[in-house]
This record gives sequence, structure tokens and C-alpha cells, in this order.
Amino acid sequence: MSILDKKISELHQLLHTKELSVTDIVNATFDRIHQVDDKVRAFLTLNEEYSRIKAKQLDERLVSGADRGLLFGMPIGIKDNIVTKGIRTTCASRILENFEPIYDATVVERLTAADTVTVGKLNMDEFAMGSSNENSGFHPTHNPWDLSCVPGGSSGASAAAVSAGEVLFSLGSDTGGSIRQPAAFCGVVGLKPTYGLVSRYGLVAFASSLDQIGPITTSVEDNAYLLQAIAGNDPMDSTSAKVDIPDYLASLTGEVKGLKIGVPKEYLGAGVEPGVKERVMEALKVLEGLGATWEEVSLPHSRYALATYYLLSSSEASANLSRFDGVRYGLRSDNSNNLIDMYKQSRSEGFGEEVKRRIMLGTFALSSGYYDAYYKKAQKVRTLIKEDFTKIFEKYDVIIGPTTPSASFKCGAMTKDPLTMYMNDILTIPVNLAGVPAISVPCGFSDGLPIGVQIIGKHFDEATIYKVAHAFEQATEHHKAKPKL
Amino acid sequence: MSRISKDQVKHVAHLARLAVTDEEAEMLTEQLDKIIGFAEELNELDTDNVEPTTHVLELKNILREDEVRNSVSVDEAMKNAPAQKDGQFKVPNILE
Repeated sequence: MSILDKKISELHQLLHTKELSVTDIVNATFDRIHQVDDKVRAFLTLNEEYSRIKAKQLDERLVSGADRGLLFGMPIGIKDNIVTKGIRTTCASRILENFEPIYDATVVERLTAADTVTVGKLNMDEFAMGSSNENSGFHPTHNPWDLSCVPGGSSGASAAAVSAGEVLFSLGSDTGGSIRQPAAFCGVVGLKPTYGLVSRYGLVAFASSLDQIGPITTSVEDNAYLLQAIAGNDPMDSTSAKVDIPDYLASLTGEVKGLKIGVPKEYLGAGVEPGVKERVMEALKVLEGLGATWEEVSLPHSRYALATYYLLSSSEASANLSRFDGVRYGLRSDNSNNLIDMYKQSRSEGFGEEVKRRIMLGTFALSSGYYDAYYKKAQKVRTLIKEDFTKIFEKYDVIIGPTTPSASFKCGAMTKDPLTMYMNDILTIPVNLAGVPAISVPCGFSDGLPIGVQIIGKHFDEATIYKVAHAFEQATEHHKAKPKL
Repeated sequence: MSRISKDQVKHVAHLARLAVTDEEAEMLTEQLDKIIGFAEELNELDTDNVEPTTHVLELKNILREDEVRNSVSVDEAMKNAPAQKDGQFKVPNILE
């Protein structure tokens, strides 16, 4: 067993007994990255020199017996839309190819305080718009389970790097499924926290009312560790909630007796592949065996979620991405001779096709004469979708269904038609619209590719989600499967 | 009938400060028409008495004390500027 297959708690024990040093862990991480990243292509930027220096500093503290942070000595990869001071942050876009942030995102500050080692920045769909990583402005990332398949998106590389054993864990961001869908495709654990639980300060904004940063790990326990370190109010993000943060590790009791699960019929209907459905039904059986009960429920407005999401997220994106104008940072075109032309040329040369398409859709939906028909209408339907969840949570503790309608697909299979690609997110999007938290946990395979089961909870009830996810994980062997690279 | 015309696409591109070629405008007209057509399924729902959701949490006017705090230096602020002069961002002619 490699060092990198161990959990945080196991590594901490080995550090404590001095059987292992932080330098050993960091060296093993870079050995693995140099061994497999040619195939997976998860990293956009490596932070190798700094990581080795940081490892030495932490080892000195290990010897001196100084205080250690919650994630002491743990290597981490960070999605490239989360700003890191002095480390290039591109959002996988040509428009930010040479951008070096002058501050750290709040989550990065908190990880630093917890004594992690940032080993590098991870690829993604440009500005988090996509479900396959094929929209990266630099290169696509591949699925470690089958290199001809996509890792999902937009945090595809954050999931692929963890699955391939290149990093112990990573941070992703989730606007419509961008943590959970790639976690499902790559066979790892990914949580989208409640909107407002984790600060968005320093997350390059895509759709501000939906975006949320979250952890991707190989185990539920590690996921709880990571959330513990990053959750909590931040004065720098006015949408960050003032709530008490519970001890997430304390919720991992394995005890789900009497727990009430709602299973939306819309999540197992047409469009969901039989292989996916079977794995989810098996997962429900496992939880039943542990003493939980489940009943079929309905989220009647689910089928309107996709259209609602594309109108709202594109509208918000069109406003957020107006900051990329070639003046203060980012690419500036040389092919212009007045200000307006400079804006237009810089943006057209810097943004990729999907980003431009969504800016266009959003600008249209917000434009005079169309605002009420599209944007405001979508905001109203969002209320109906949110109320669907509220009603179910009056009677049930969690909602369970598949994370995605299918397993991963071949690179290039869906790039022709944007609408087909959007269908990937049909089971994850309602969660973002309602602002509730949800996790994807490995629940087996279909035709050799991993499948994820999605556990959705009440606002700020990540503890119950973790409890259920952990109980399921410990009762099954799915999380032990590793891709052969 | 198509829901969005090529001229409209060109107007929206101007509003979004994007330069589009004739060919791109044509492709975008077709794709946006499809996406907007798909979005029109929302009209099946009666939302006359539904309040719009702009934000999922009940937050209102987050205020803080108006205190003097450290800010970034000019050098830092200019660090990523594509063009600069005398500590200021340099842009092409605005008035012609």
C-alpha cells in the first residue's frame, strides 16, 4: 500500500510515531505526479520547489513538538479558479494565462493555517463552464479509470488527481454539479456544502448565487476533515452564513437506525441508465440493512431545473465575466486601436467557445425586453424548485438518488451539441438551485466505470449527510477500488 | 419562427463586448435559438403568484463598521496590468 492510499488519520499517526516525515509524504506525492500525470493531465501548475521547502519547515515543527494544524503535512491540489497568492491562477482560460493573484482565497488561508502543502493547481472546464474538462483552454484531463473517457467537470481534474493518487485530496467548486459529477465519474467522494457554509472570497465568480467550494477525497472521513478546516463565516464574503460549525468527525458513528430517506421518483425515471439505477437500489438496500427506511417521494419541478439553471447561471456569468476587459489584468489584444474595440478583441481572443456562448445567453436573458420573460421567470421557478425540497425535508432526513444519469463517456462524444452535454447535470442542478448540501459517494461500477450515489441533506446539515455516507461506505467495499494506471 | 435573429445576436454580442464574425453569428443564432426554445418550457408553469428567489438564504444588508484598514499597494495593484504608465492603467484612446 502506497503512502498516498492512506487516510489523514493514519498518516497523522505515522507522523506522530516518526515512522514518516512530511518530506516523505510530499516526495511520494511528486513521484506519483511525475509517474502518471503525463496520462491523466490533471495539473496546470506545479508548486514543487515551494512544497519541498514547506515540507522541511513542517518537519522541523514535528521535531520541536510545536502545535500542529488539523491537516498537518497533508498535500493538497486546488482547482485553478481559487486564487493563490503568487501561484498562477488561470481558470483554465487563455484570458488569465499569466495571472498571478496578489492575495489568497479565504479557503487557501484556512488550509495554510491547518498546515497543508499546496502542491499545485488543477485543470477544469474554462471558468467552470462544462461537464467534461474538454472546455479547458489548455488541454483536456483524462479519467484514470479509462483514459479515453472524460473525468467529468468542471472540477474534473480535482477528482481525477485524487482518484489517480496524485494528491490526497483537493478543492473543487460546484455551481450545478461540478464537484459531485466528476467525483461520481472518477470514483471518489465529493461534497457540495450548503450555499454560504464555505467562503467564496477568492473563488473567481461564475454564478454567485450558486457557486460553492467543497472537498474531494477518497474517503468520507477525510472529506469531513477537510470541510472542518474550511467551513465557517468570513467577513470578506457577505453571503457567508453566520452558523455554528459542528464537529463533523463526531457524526461518523455508523449509526443510521431509524433514519428516513426520501427517494425522488424523478431521479430514477427515464434517461437514467439501468446500470446506474441498479447500483443506487443496491445502496438503498445496504442502508435498509443498517436500519434506515426509504420511501418514494416526488420533486415535481425537477424537470424545469435545467432550463432554470442555464438562464440564471448564464445571466450571472455574463455580469461576473464583464470584469475581464484587458485593462487591470489578463490578456489584452494587440489588434485594436480604440477602447471599445480593445475590449471586444481581448475578450474574443481570450474566452473559449462555451464561455462566449453562455455570456451571450446571459446577456440576452438580461437585455431590455427579455428580462421578465427569461431571467425573472427563471427566478420564480427557482422558488418552486426550492419549495419542493423544503416539503420533503419536513418528513425525511435525507434524499437519495444517483449523482448522474450515466457513467463517464468517451472524450469527444458530446462536444457537438451543448444541450446534450448539459443533460449530464440534470440530477445535481436542483441541489444548487435550492442551496442545500449534497455528497457523491462511490457505489460500484457499470461496465467498468464508477457510479456515484448522491445524498442530499437539509440546509447546514452536512453532519447527517456525512453520517449516512460514512455508514454506507464502511458497509461496502466500493471505496477500496483503485484505477490501474 | 426562430426566437432570435442574426441581427439580434450581433446586437447582444455588442452589449457583451464580444467581437463575432459573420460565421460565428450564424452558428450562435442557431445554438441560442435551440437553448432559448428549451428554456421556454418554463412557460408551462403558472408563476403569477410566486416570489422570485434571488438568494437562497434569508440575508439582508450585511453591514460592517466603516474603519480604515490596510489596502493593496500601487505596485501590487499594477502587478498584472497589461499596460501601465506612472502607476496607472494605460488604455487605448477613448476620445478620437
